[in-house]
Amino acid sequence: MREWFKKGEHWIWFSASTVSISVVLVFGLLAMISYKGLIHFWPHDVYHVEVQHENGDREVVIGELHDSKVKEIDDVAAPHGKREIPQYLFKVGNRDVYGIDFRWVSSADIVGGIDTLEKDIVVVERYEYGNVYGHIKSVTIDGKTVSDPQESLALLSKQVKKGTELHSEIKYIEKIEIGAINYKIEGLRLEEKKLRANGDFNDEEAARLNAERAEYQKDFDKHHQAAQDLYKQTDTLGSVELAIAGNKTLTVPVKKIVHFWQPNNFSLMERVGFFFNSVGNFLLDDPREANTEGGVFPAIIGTVTMVMLMAVFVTPMGVIAAIYMSEYAKEGIVLRMVRISINNLAGVPSIVFGIFGLGFFVYIMGSSIDELFYSYALPSPTFGSPGLLWASLTMALLTLPVVIVSTQEGLSRIPRALREGGLALGATKSETIMRIILPMTMPAIMTGLILAIARAAGEVAPLMLVGVVKLAPELPLDMVAPFVHLDRKFMHLGFHIYDVGFQSPNVEASQPLVYATSLLLVLIILGLNLGAIMIRNKLREKYKSLDN
Amino acid sequence: MSSRAEIALDKALKGPEFEKRVRRRNAKDAASTFGISIGGIGVILSVLLIMFFLLYVVLPLFVPATVEKHAQYGIPGTQNEKTLYYGMDEYQETALRFTASGKLFGFDVANGKQISLDSLPLSGQHITSFTVVSEIGNVLAFSLSDGTVLIAKYGYDVSYPNNVRTITPKVEYPFGEEAIELASAPIEKLAVKQNDSDLVFAYKELGSDQIVIKQFSKIESMLSDTITLEEGYVGAFESKNAADWLELDGSMRNLYVISKDGVADYYNLSDIESPALVQHVNMLPSGEHLTTVRFLLGDYSLMLGTDKGNVIQWFPVRDNNNDFAIHEIRSFKVGDSPIHSIAIEKNRKGFATTDASGQFNLYHSTADRHLNSTQVIENGSTGFVMISNRANGALVETSDGQLVHYLIENHHPDVSVSSLWGKVWYEGYSEPAYVWQSSSASADFEPKFSMTPLTFGTIKAALYSMLFAVPIAVLAAIFTAFFMDKQTRQWVKPSVELIEALPTVILGFLAGLWLAPYMESHLPGFFSLLIIVPIGIVAFGLAWSKLPESIRLRLPVGKRAVLMIPVVIFLGWISLQLSAPLENAFFDGDMRHWLTFNAGIDFDQRNAMVIGFAMGFALIPTIFSVTEDAIYNVPSYLINGSLALGASGWQTLVGVVLPTASPGIFSAIMLGFGRGVGETMIVLMASGNTPLMETNLFEGMRTLSANLAVEMPEAAVDSSHYRVLFLSGLVLFIFTFIFNTLAEVVRQRMRRKYGSL
Repeated sequence: MREWFKKGEHWIWFSASTVSISVVLVFGLLAMISYKGLIHFWPHDVYHVEVQHENGDREVVIGELHDSKVKEIDDVAAPHGKREIPQYLFKVGNRDVYGIDFRWVSSADIVGGIDTLEKDIVVVERYEYGNVYGHIKSVTIDGKTVSDPQESLALLSKQVKKGTELHSEIKYIEKIEIGAINYKIEGLRLEEKKLRANGDFNDEEAARLNAERAEYQKDFDKHHQAAQDLYKQTDTLGSVELAIAGNKTLTVPVKKIVHFWQPNNFSLMERVGFFFNSVGNFLLDDPREANTEGGVFPAIIGTVTMVMLMAVFVTPMGVIAAIYMSEYAKEGIVLRMVRISINNLAGVPSIVFGIFGLGFFVYIMGSSIDELFYSYALPSPTFGSPGLLWASLTMALLTLPVVIVSTQEGLSRIPRALREGGLALGATKSETIMRIILPMTMPAIMTGLILAIARAAGEVAPLMLVGVVKLAPELPLDMVAPFVHLDRKFMHLGFHIYDVGFQSPNVEASQPLVYATSLLLVLIILGLNLGAIMIRNKLREKYKSLDN
Repeated sequence: MSSRAEIALDKALKGPEFEKRVRRRNAKDAASTFGISIGGIGVILSVLLIMFFLLYVVLPLFVPATVEKHAQYGIPGTQNEKTLYYGMDEYQETALRFTASGKLFGFDVANGKQISLDSLPLSGQHITSFTVVSEIGNVLAFSLSDGTVLIAKYGYDVSYPNNVRTITPKVEYPFGEEAIELASAPIEKLAVKQNDSDLVFAYKELGSDQIVIKQFSKIESMLSDTITLEEGYVGAFESKNAADWLELDGSMRNLYVISKDGVADYYNLSDIESPALVQHVNMLPSGEHLTTVRFLLGDYSLMLGTDKGNVIQWFPVRDNNNDFAIHEIRSFKVGDSPIHSIAIEKNRKGFATTDASGQFNLYHSTADRHLNSTQVIENGSTGFVMISNRANGALVETSDGQLVHYLIENHHPDVSVSSLWGKVWYEGYSEPAYVWQSSSASADFEPKFSMTPLTFGTIKAALYSMLFAVPIAVLAAIFTAFFMDKQTRQWVKPSVELIEALPTVILGFLAGLWLAPYMESHLPGFFSLLIIVPIGIVAFGLAWSKLPESIRLRLPVGKRAVLMIPVVIFLGWISLQLSAPLENAFFDGDMRHWLTFNAGIDFDQRNAMVIGFAMGFALIPTIFSVTEDAIYNVPSYLINGSLALGASGWQTLVGVVLPTASPGIFSAIMLGFGRGVGETMIVLMASGNTPLMETNLFEGMRTLSANLAVEMPEAAVDSSHYRVLFLSGLVLFIFTFIFNTLAEVVRQRMRRKYGSL
């Protein structure tokens, strides 16, 4: 045994174990995020639990089981004077009636088991106040009441479907059509302000602006009326009366219902269907209830727009700088220092880029742009406040070293002979670079770019200073010219995680959503990283023949 | 045929067509060379711009104040009279001079021309004493010879006739033009302070040793704007000390009776009806005499000017028994000439002095800074001085009857090297301390910009996470590079490096909302991890060596990491399962409770231990991949040589590989530390963000980066707060720059060394 220690065998086992620990941590973390993120979409069974209070009152709790923990209670009889009692967290919904969605129940108070499923329970997801858990008593349309269970279920499902269609029509009118008109009217207001500021405002212009405005107003009224009509139609969808736990009834107008389901009656296939449906809603819906419900569509759009815009900035900057440094600049002390600086820049904390972005881009460049081109809109800032353009420029600067270093590496791999060959055949230096060197460097450039995108998608700290908001009223990308709105603030998946996880008033209710968002972000970033590796390998393969 | 080809070739390579093409191509080449050079240099410059921009924002913090003479003229109004007070409007266009006879001279600041003349409603009496009620509110109190007190408020009207701004000074009487009846005899010394509900007077009648305190309640009339006063508590005491100055502080609870030779009696007025003498103290160095006394902004600190040129700051300090006593805090001295007058800034804790040598000096108390000295008059002295509302101008009287208006550029007096990095004795604190507290709701708030707790927090967070990351990452890299077979290495390396790609916001979220509460409830489990896992590993290794060779040989050394995966999971699970039994056995069933009450260690849920695990995890890939590279690149003939000489695998590693790769490992650790220093989201979400200076494992911290993320969006552009935040960004930048450069230099040196091997 002494020999064993002397040979350092225990150290080998230690070091082997640290590898295992790291691997376990990585995959454990990914597994946990995946599990907690995906479970959010899977239909939860709804349990029926009877609770007896200390005063002898009995109460029925109906809800989804979300968590459990062990609570220690002083008990002289038990060893160590403590007794462990399991506690269960139920999502009981009906927030407008009970006040809270979640409720801890102690197993000591439970009469009978906790694994009784509530028969035929209906879960109704609403646009406001979260879910309802209850039994359908009756459905009322136009004063006519249907209370047969089968019939009312079928009727409700028909009405909810109608409601969903109406809602999407209303959303289209309000967000897209009226949004576009509002944007144009705002444009007119600014144009008038601009004319006045320049002293060019005269009766002719006023007449023209008013005519245009009247035109838009007419359009607006038309769409507004259409939306109002649809709203009126939603009022005629009727309402459903539900019996909820605690011998109460709750009447929910159909227009407030997103969808409803009967989890305890689901077959496996229906569960899978529900799962994918929920995933789809999560990806494509707008957030509701202060971001704690609904989907993350605007955050996805915000992240993608910002990252794409960043790619547009960072690619030429990085590639040109890299070409200059390795093909044109003279080797020497200056170049070496520049190289070290750029390497170092990769290690500079991201938040430092954030304050640079805020101080330089927003406060100095933004204010100057406002003064030069948008002075008529002042004091309300156009580019002088955090927004998409500044966020993507800041991110471009942050990821610049990634692109430069990767491109330079690619350039340095290309054999000298190819450059000399190009020059010997009479090509100019720029032709050699453009036609021979750059195409061969493409894999390296692409890799750098994708790694830059992956980094930018996951970075949150600098964005908090230069343009991300918790809830953006408008998307940075829409159907109104100029389509990409550089001055708008936007939402971002990473910031969404921070905001919903830490600033939301109802942490328990929002946690599943945060896990789901985390999973989405992890998948995007891992996907990008894998993509970078794959593209690199593929393109390397393609140019391998050239290498030899 | 050949001739035709030659002709074609000739045509292609000669003639005007060809030359044109060559010229075009050359021009294109030159243009692209130019373009790429400009672009490349531009990009590089913009990268360097970051550092210079940070410096550009930070530098104004340390620029001394400039004082520029704007105008000089004879003192407006009757010159042989004493000035009691100057009021000036925000734009420094007009001013109002209050004189001892109750005259109010309004004048144009630019040229001294009188624009209005008014007088206080004295109703035939004369002024016996004068005091400032509120510096910010420009509220003044005058006691009259019949024992009454008149309270006046300076203000100004702004109007825009013909689009030109016109300012006219004015005086209002918040409690009516009729003087308040207070004493039966003329008042010699008066002190008045007010808050929203009360008005408190302290006074000494001429020829009496009694000091009387009277409190009035303000009653706002429902119908009109007038405020009537209702007399409340009255108190009095006999002062044994000569009352050359009578000073009531802003809280209206502390009263100071101060004599010319610097002896102060400090009374507590918590109960107005029975004032209590708290302290009798000599406030000056021996041989010095008081010349002037003034409260600093906030009416808490006393600033004492002496005949030897000292300005000494005193304020009441609470001791451990909750008793107050006044202490000398700091003193300022430029010359030896007696101080004539002290003026305070109305928006921060700065002040100005004039003295017998004709100087005008600017200071800031918290930052302990002397900002400017200006010689106002040769061969004369400077007298009464006032500072404008925005602290961007001053009026100074000179002994030859002149009034000088100065324009002051003094943007960041509140920041100095000592206030940023040293201990500062802030108002209301019982001792000098390192404090970061950048903003508050009150107007007379003393901002506390100490970078020390933030820097401390940053280093604490980084060190605790290194404690977790370095052993794991370095050992794992050693195994991966030296022992592991190629097959396993191919997937182990990218999986560990995968961590680098994980967004830190997700790690922070998990650390703050999952790990922190979990760790709180399984605290003993996490400590038993540190013991059980290593012991378990060694035990497993020993047991393995006792297995029959046929089984042992089936698993080469390089695959041990795979074998250990279930073992490690099992050991970790066991440790955490042991948490509750351990807690019951050693910590009375609740370790957190035990720590707080039995061991006296404070415990926060979001603490350094959580940060250590979470950020340590994030640092693993950085350290791992650089170390791995360094070890993997050690030339194989060195290793083979050592093995051939009979050394075991581990002995070769320790004796040959590690020494060769040590610079690489060092640079890996430096890179890891640099990353830990700058990490933002994890600390922001899991550290609690309280700026503490405790090394305690169970308490949180606030780091420079998290502080930036929290406070930057709210900081007003170009304020001291904004610039100090940029300074903390610069500190971060320099930190990481140093660590990264060190790592880079060491790595390059190592590469050269390998080259020679």
